[in-house]
Amino acid sequence: MASLRSFLRSGKTFVILFVVTSCASVFQVNVRDALNQAMDEELERDERVFLLGEEVAQYDGAYKVSRGLWKKYGDKRIIDTPITEMGFAGIAVGAAFAGLRPICEFMTWNFSMQAIDQVINSAAKTYYMSAGFQTVPIVFRGPNGSSAGVAAQHSQCFAAWYGHCPGLKVVSPWNSEDARGLLKAAIRDDNPVVFLENEMMYGVPFELSEEMMHKDFVIPIGKAKVERQGTHITLVSHSRCVGFCLDAAAVLAKEGVECEVVNLRTIRPLDVDTIEASVMKTGNLVTVEGGWPQYGVGAEICARIMEGPAFNYLDAPAVRVTGVDIPMPYAKILEDHSVPQIKDIIFSVKKVLNM
Amino acid sequence: CRHEAASVVVSSRSYADFTPEATFDIKKVDLHRLEEGPPLTSTLTREDGLKYYRTMQTIRRMELKADQLYKQKIIRGFCHLYDGQEACAVGIEGGITLSDHLITAYRAHGYTLTRGGTVREIMAELTGRREGIAKGKGGSMHMYTKNFYGGNGIVGAQVPLGAGVALACKYLGTDQLCVSLYGDGAANQGQIFETYNMASLWKLPIIFICENNQYGMGTSVERASASTEYYKRGDFIPGLRVDGMDVLCVREATKFAADHCRSGKGPILMELQTYRYHGHSMSDPGVSYRTREEIQEVRSKSDPISMLKDRMLSNNMASVEELKEIDIEVRKEIEDAAQFATTDPEPPLDDLCSHIYANEKSFEVRGATPWTKLTSHS
Repeated sequence: MASLRSFLRSGKTFVILFVVTSCASVFQVNVRDALNQAMDEELERDERVFLLGEEVAQYDGAYKVSRGLWKKYGDKRIIDTPITEMGFAGIAVGAAFAGLRPICEFMTWNFSMQAIDQVINSAAKTYYMSAGFQTVPIVFRGPNGSSAGVAAQHSQCFAAWYGHCPGLKVVSPWNSEDARGLLKAAIRDDNPVVFLENEMMYGVPFELSEEMMHKDFVIPIGKAKVERQGTHITLVSHSRCVGFCLDAAAVLAKEGVECEVVNLRTIRPLDVDTIEASVMKTGNLVTVEGGWPQYGVGAEICARIMEGPAFNYLDAPAVRVTGVDIPMPYAKILEDHSVPQIKDIIFSVKKVLNM
Repeated sequence: CRHEAASVVVSSRSYADFTPEATFDIKKVDLHRLEEGPPLTSTLTREDGLKYYRTMQTIRRMELKADQLYKQKIIRGFCHLYDGQEACAVGIEGGITLSDHLITAYRAHGYTLTRGGTVREIMAELTGRREGIAKGKGGSMHMYTKNFYGGNGIVGAQVPLGAGVALACKYLGTDQLCVSLYGDGAANQGQIFETYNMASLWKLPIIFICENNQYGMGTSVERASASTEYYKRGDFIPGLRVDGMDVLCVREATKFAADHCRSGKGPILMELQTYRYHGHSMSDPGVSYRTREEIQEVRSKSDPISMLKDRMLSNNMASVEELKEIDIEVRKEIEDAAQFATTDPEPPLDDLCSHIYANEKSFEVRGATPWTKLTSHS
């Protein structure tokens, strides 16, 4: 970068353009920066967008996701709140009622439980109750699910709880492309969106193309993506577990098993069509999630497959890989055994394929 | 023809005989963290007096009609009636404008009216019909109009929502404010104290109003609150305790509060001491936790409509016939609305899944069985 700058200063313009073009085709962006840039661009694009939450302004964000935004946009648009989730979530929803487009950050989604009434009863249901009179263009975002060593009260996955409720859109990005495109889409959406990030993914870099870096790059909410084509079995996942599925697929490929990996991207509305098409192609299904098994995302997917045309294509019952059905323990060895690991995915695939 | 003649007689009287305006002494307001309060007198014009009378009477009769329809099982579910508290809704509206914002809890029919709804669409919502103000999708507690955010069913939740509306007013640089109402029961909610804090920190243009009708469902204020001085509960927020049965008191206090907000001083809190004649809802007869004598005493001594009527008549601001004429018109309006609300058809089943998302193309919604495929329209 420094050499590029001195090159520019030297005045050799057209040579520089050539250099810049050929360098600019791919960007290494981690998830945190992808989220940051998405918010920055949307704040710039629409004056009604603003961010509120604990430590989002002067601290640059508890996880630095909002780094630099307060410096750029000031107190009016980046607001530090007291530690009063129910109150500030309600304030955010009220601001959305009155025409603003708030981004309400929960430091982690665990704390959203203090405010869940505002998310569900004030935000999700209002458009319906008012028969289309009152819109609620709000994004609730923050890290969801397990982290590292933060124990039971700070490790819950809320995909299933929020995914249960009509009126909400629930989005769960995996990589930087997802984070960027889905957050922009969420902010531009006129409906309440629950945006489930993952702390462990914040620091992970991914390649973004020039097209993805465009300020109007959005990913449609409600569309899953096939991350890896396969023929023998479908792996459906969301958030961090998508990466595990791809890792498991790489190992299984060496044994001649080709896994198709579907990245849900959106929990609600669920893209059943993409999942069905994949299952109808492969004949086998394993779902992978970090959350608990009972009444979870995988349970919903299996039920939908049972109820739809893809059932007739299954060669074996569909199976779920999930977090262990316990509150998250602290000790590393216990924590490691509380979450789905790559070996669990490989084991389940082999079981389903009767290998 | 006779009616026409009578109104000609009335109007020819009005120019000659009626007092165009009069000034009334109103009860002193208790103050918290305020050096001065609203004035001790209020000037009422004949025009405003007739308007307040008509509106309060409309609310009264509309609520009584709702009572009737509920007992006939034409209205079902929740129905929280406002009769007795009319001076609050009407007085508040007298102190702000329709470009200001307002949000309240579930005892909301009166506010839906003062905020621009019609009796017809309110009643049709109560009976769950397609011409209801929320197309039958909301019911008693979920009615909305421009700058009126309901109608909210969860006790206390409306207060932070109101602060959010106020934040938007400040953010967008308008001169508008938001009135955020709650009851004596809700006054103990934690989220209200969270809202007091943020509204004060950020100097939001919000008027918190506690409608203290003495009872939170079946629990009297003494049994629910360690401090029943609700106007002081905002602590660092200046407060006023106001006679909520006197529409002029409420109006003057609201004007005072609105000036406070609009001058950038931040939030202010008003406690309106009022009373509901009905029980908490239609499922509550309202006499197990209070005596019939108490209800009767309030009716005879403090009824808001009677108070206004007596003031106007004794100051020659209106005639008995004129007010009776208004009563008749109101009764007719309510009858027509009730008739409409009972005969308008129920919402079409096509509407079942509509209004899930805004500005979205139609999508499929799962019905009660996997084979029932329904469609949602925005």
